[in-house]
This record gives sequence, C-alpha cells and structure tokens, in this order.
Amino acid sequence: MPLLKNNTLIAETWAHADAEGELPTGDVVVPFARLLKNWEQLSQRRDKLGVSLVNIDRAEALSTFLPKLQLIVLSFPAFNDGRAYSLARQLRQMGYRGELRATGNVLPDQLQFMLQVGFDTFEIGERFPLSTWQQASKQMSLAYQRGLFRRGSEAEIWTERHTDAEPWLEQPHAG
Amino acid sequence: MYRYDEFDHQFVRDRTNQFRDQAGRRLSGELTEDEFRPLRLMNGLYLQLHAYMLRVAIPYGTLSSKQMRQLAFIADKWDKGYGHFTTRQNIQYNWIKLEDTADILDALADVEMHAIQTSGNCIRNVTTDHWAGAAADEIADPRPVGELLRQWSSLHPEFSFLPRKFKIAVTGAPNDRAAVKVHDIGLRLHKNAEGAIGWEVIVGGGLGRTPMIGVTVRDFLPELELVGYLEAIMRVYNLYGRRDNKYKARIKILVHELGADKFKAEVESEYAKRPQASTEVEERELKRIAAYFAAPQLEKLPRWSASFEEAKLGNPAFSRWARNNLGAHRADGYAIVNISLKPDGGIPGDATSDQMRLMAELAERYSLDELRVSHAQNVVLPHVKKDDVFAIWQALEAAGLGAANYGLAGDIIACPGLDYCALATARAIPIAQAISRKFSDSAKQDEIGKLKINISGCINACGHHHVGHIGILGLDKKGEEYYQITLGGSSAENASIGSILGPGFAGHEVADAIETILDTYLKLRGPGEEFLAAYRRVGAKPFKEALYATA
Repeated sequence: MPLLKNNTLIAETWAHADAEGELPTGDVVVPFARLLKNWEQLSQRRDKLGVSLVNIDRAEALSTFLPKLQLIVLSFPAFNDGRAYSLARQLRQMGYRGELRATGNVLPDQLQFMLQVGFDTFEIGERFPLSTWQQASKQMSLAYQRGLFRRGSEAEIWTERHTDAEPWLEQPHAG
Repeated sequence: MYRYDEFDHQFVRDRTNQFRDQAGRRLSGELTEDEFRPLRLMNGLYLQLHAYMLRVAIPYGTLSSKQMRQLAFIADKWDKGYGHFTTRQNIQYNWIKLEDTADILDALADVEMHAIQTSGNCIRNVTTDHWAGAAADEIADPRPVGELLRQWSSLHPEFSFLPRKFKIAVTGAPNDRAAVKVHDIGLRLHKNAEGAIGWEVIVGGGLGRTPMIGVTVRDFLPELELVGYLEAIMRVYNLYGRRDNKYKARIKILVHELGADKFKAEVESEYAKRPQASTEVEERELKRIAAYFAAPQLEKLPRWSASFEEAKLGNPAFSRWARNNLGAHRADGYAIVNISLKPDGGIPGDATSDQMRLMAELAERYSLDELRVSHAQNVVLPHVKKDDVFAIWQALEAAGLGAANYGLAGDIIACPGLDYCALATARAIPIAQAISRKFSDSAKQDEIGKLKINISGCINACGHHHVGHIGILGLDKKGEEYYQITLGGSSAENASIGSILGPGFAGHEVADAIETILDTYLKLRGPGEEFLAAYRRVGAKPFKEALYATA
C-alpha cells in the first residue's frame, strides 16, 4: 500500500500485528485491544510502538499510553465516515505529537481536511496518481477555523484578521 | 449588511476553482459518478428527476439588490427564467446543466455568494428571523452570530462528514420566527435582569420521520463561547451519532437515545477539555462582523403617516394587503413589508427573474437596499417608510406579487414534491395550488385569520408539515398518492408537533377536507381565537367528527 507523507511517497517501516499471534520484530503497530492486553510486554520492547484504533474506541482511553506511542492509525471505513477527524483532533489536543496515519477509504478530495485535523501520513491505494494527491493537498489556501494544522501556504482567516490578538494556546506545528 | 473582505473573496474563489476542477474531472470521465456525487453535493448540486438542481445559500436570508439581480441573471442565463425560494432561506434552480455549474458559482462569487454546504452531511446554511434587525420585538440582531457561524462552519475539516445533515437556526427575538426548537441546534437570545445578553442553546429538535422538539442544554451561554461550545456539541455528535441507519442519524436521535442529561454531560466534558483559553479573537471577529450590521440610519418620522392612512381609506384592496402583509418595525413611521410569493393557485416560493428584478428595484429604492428571504418562502423588504408603502404595493400588484395573504390560509409552505424531487412520494405543489384556489376568496381568508398550512411530499418533511397548524403529508399507497392531515403543529416559541387526524385523503379530496376543518373551526372558535389556540383548547374531536362523520 503506497504511503504518502509531505506530498511524497515513503516506504512503510512498520510491521502490523494482528489481535493475536506472534509479534513481528521491529517497529510494530498493534490493535488497541492488544495494546491493553499485552501492555507489559509491549512497553518493554526497544523498538517503536504504534496502535491502530477503530472508530468506536475513545481517544481518552489512550491517554496513559500516549508518551510511549509513535504511531496512531485511524481508519475511514468509508470516506463519509467522519469520526476519525474528531479522534485525530482529540489526540492532537491531548498532546500527541507522533505520526498520525489515515487508512481505509482515503480520497484526494478529503486529503486537505485530514491534514488540517492533524493527520500526517496516508495509506492512499493505487486509484489516483501522485500528482492528483499533491494537487489536492493545497486546493484551499484559507480556512476560517482556528487551531488547525497548516501547511506553509495556508492561513487561518480569523487569525490573519486579528494578528495582534493572543495566539491560540495550542497552535500546532506546521505539518 | 455583511461585506466580504479579501479573505472571504479568496476563500470562495478557491472553492469555485476546486469545484471547476472536480466537475472537469467528472466530465472527462476521470471521476466516476459515485466519486463525484459527494463532491457536487458539498457544493449544492443535486441530480433530480429531470435535471441537476443547484441550491444557492442565502446566509441568514439576507440579500442586497445587487445579489437579487444576480439571482435573476442566473435564472435567465442558465435556468428557465425563474427560481424557487426554499424553507432554508435559500434559492434553488431546477434546470441546471453540469457543465454550466462552475460558471454559475463564479457569477455568485462576483456578488459575494456561494453554494457551499447547501447539501451533504455537513452544517447547512444558518437561518435566522427574516425580520432580524427590523422587528419591534427584537432584543438584538441575530445576524452577526449567523455570519460568525457561517464562517466557522464553512469547510470545517472536522465536521464535513457528519452522520447526517445539520441545521442551525438563530433568533434574537422572543417571538420565534426562526423555528429554533425544531433545528439540530437552535439558538435563542435572552436578556437577564442585569441587562446582559446570553444564548439559550437548544439541541436535538427536528422534523423528518421522527419529529422532536429540542432540549435546552444551556440557558444562558455567553456569546463569546458560542463557537467553542458548538464545537463541543458537534464533536460529540460526530463521534457518537448513529451511522448505521440514515433515518436514525440526526442528532435528535442521539440526544433521545442517550437521554438529555447524559448527552449534556458528554458535551460539557468535551467543552471542558478544550485547550483554547482566550476568546479574544472571537470577540474581535464578532465586533468586526457586528459593525456591518449596525442599525441603519433611519429617519425620525412620526408614528402616523397621513399618506399611508389616506391610501388605505381610498383603496380597500390596498387596505387589506396592508393589514395582512406589514410587520411592526422597531422605528416609528416604518414598516416591514412582506411580499407573498403565494399568488392564488401559484407555486409557493417561485419567483420569475422579472419579479426578482422588481423586488431588487423596490429594495434599492425604498428599503435601504436590503431584502430577506423567509423560511416560509416569502420575500421581505425590512425597512420601508410607511409613506412609501402604497407605491410599493402598486408596483407589486402590477407584477403579480400583490397577494394579500401573508400569514393566512393561502400562505402555504410546500416542498417541490414529486414534480421535481427524486425522494418524493407524492406531489405537493398541486395540493398547495388547489388549497390556494379554494381560499382565493379574500374575505374568507381574512375571516379565518392567522394560519400556517405546511405540505411535504414525503416523510422527510422538507415542507415542515409537522409544525404546520395544519400539516399535510403526501404518501404513496400502492401507486396512488394520498395525503395524511395533522393538526396542532407549531414552530414558534410554543413549538409543538402536530397529531395525525385520521385516515388519509386522495389528492383531489384534500382541499375540501381543509375547508371542512376550517369551517369547523369558524363555528367553534371563541372571540379573537386563532386556529392553533382553538385546536389546543378543544382537541381533535370536533374536527374528526366533521371530517369523518359522513365518510
């Protein structure tokens, strides 16, 4: 599965573990249920650890694990199932700074929304060429909402209009 | 009126260019219809029974003459010379070609308009009181908050793929003309004993298959917290609203299934987690927006206009129109003119391009360049000197816009129904036309008094039949259209859902049935008692007896 980050294709370095069975070696991402079940074992590994959530998992259930996690995978079972947008924002607002990956029915025309709520890697499938994704990532140069993740050329309108006002306390990094 | 600054302009242009690209990819075959569908829906473009339909947002129902003229231009150039004003204070064009759509969006952007989020499972056009800024009973103009919410909700990255569509209404007056209790979120302004203002936040009202009156989750929310608090509500809905069944996906079902207390606790907990401590930007932005809605400079006039009174004495038709179609303005010597788009036997909410241009002209000349679209599908001139009302009426009469039935039996809300809509199960427009003809006798309408008849052509209730004093729902029974009648609904501050009266009627029987109901009312009403009050006093029984006794 091609993986998109910062408008380029990158190599997958994570091994994906199932709910049961042998843990792969190296950096591994596990389902949330397994994280809970095998936490002791997982937290003692030297390799990087990630978790994949389903959309009925609650972000706050991850809070104690967040410092140990370097990848969180959120899924879009269908492009119009928007729960992961809220989960992403919650996780970023909880202070998570690691990789946040979108998987499932990820489409170019939703890419910018996903970037804005804090996703930074995308499992994109083969349907569209890279150029379409690159184009899609910058369709809108402006957003009204504050506290979004922004790429270089994007601006938040309310913040721009009132630049001398106090900054948003959790102004996130720029992608 | 609000005016776009450079950012608003850029935002809408970006969006139009994005859509031009998407439509181009569809026309070239690069995108399949399944892939294109959600993209066009986010821009208000539906595929209807006969053609594409484009729904254009009229934020909080406010238009300038220039904008109204552009709507007429679009009707002439890309449609069949007319448009249809909707219950969401929008306008729809029913005969649009896909390849023209991006050009139409550009023409809209030229006059600071768009079609963003007029469909799709996102936050739809924010509606308000169509008398906002003019009404005598108003605490404050709700449109600055309407504009704030328009901006905040536009392409909100978190809330563009909600479980279902989401509708917000705002009212600044105690007499609720915006139906806030039957919206996903309704905001109602209150003033406390100290003279401070705050917003009552009502969640989970709605119509459709499961009509519900909303519940109040905050009594008095400070204005600057609105955006933050609404984000918390939206997040709870986005995460926990049902997605397994689209008929149970509106927020009202979540509120109902969780229970109001649990829902409220979820929202409060989410709200408490927000990292944003300062509301300084919201404060400045609201102040910036509010400046555009500063109360207009009205002349100091005597309350009594001699020319207006004389014209009424000399012209009974004008006198009747003035009695029915004028609203109380907050300034002496001024009136709110309600232009009924419900001529006898006409299609509710339709206006030709010539009529749009005339209304624009009248607004420019007599109403400080402002028009409003009401959720009852009429057009309002909000700031008119009583001295000018007679001239306006003459011009309206000449253009077929002089119907004197505002708020009466002929002022019917109806959805497009099976004449246009792919979802409809029955026609709504011909039923409205038949009722309207039945009551074309103006004396009878006047005798009946204030009445809301609402007609929907399917269970989705776009014609708001649940909250009509008399509601009519068109259904399909084994290939035949038939119509269920409900009584006792209201979308006002004393909101209620109407009750089904009994077995349904065939299309040709509906107008007679309505007449029977109203004759029954006339017989039993007390002095000055309006239909709704009478129904609430006596209940359904006498109406049932009259309707079904002989059947």
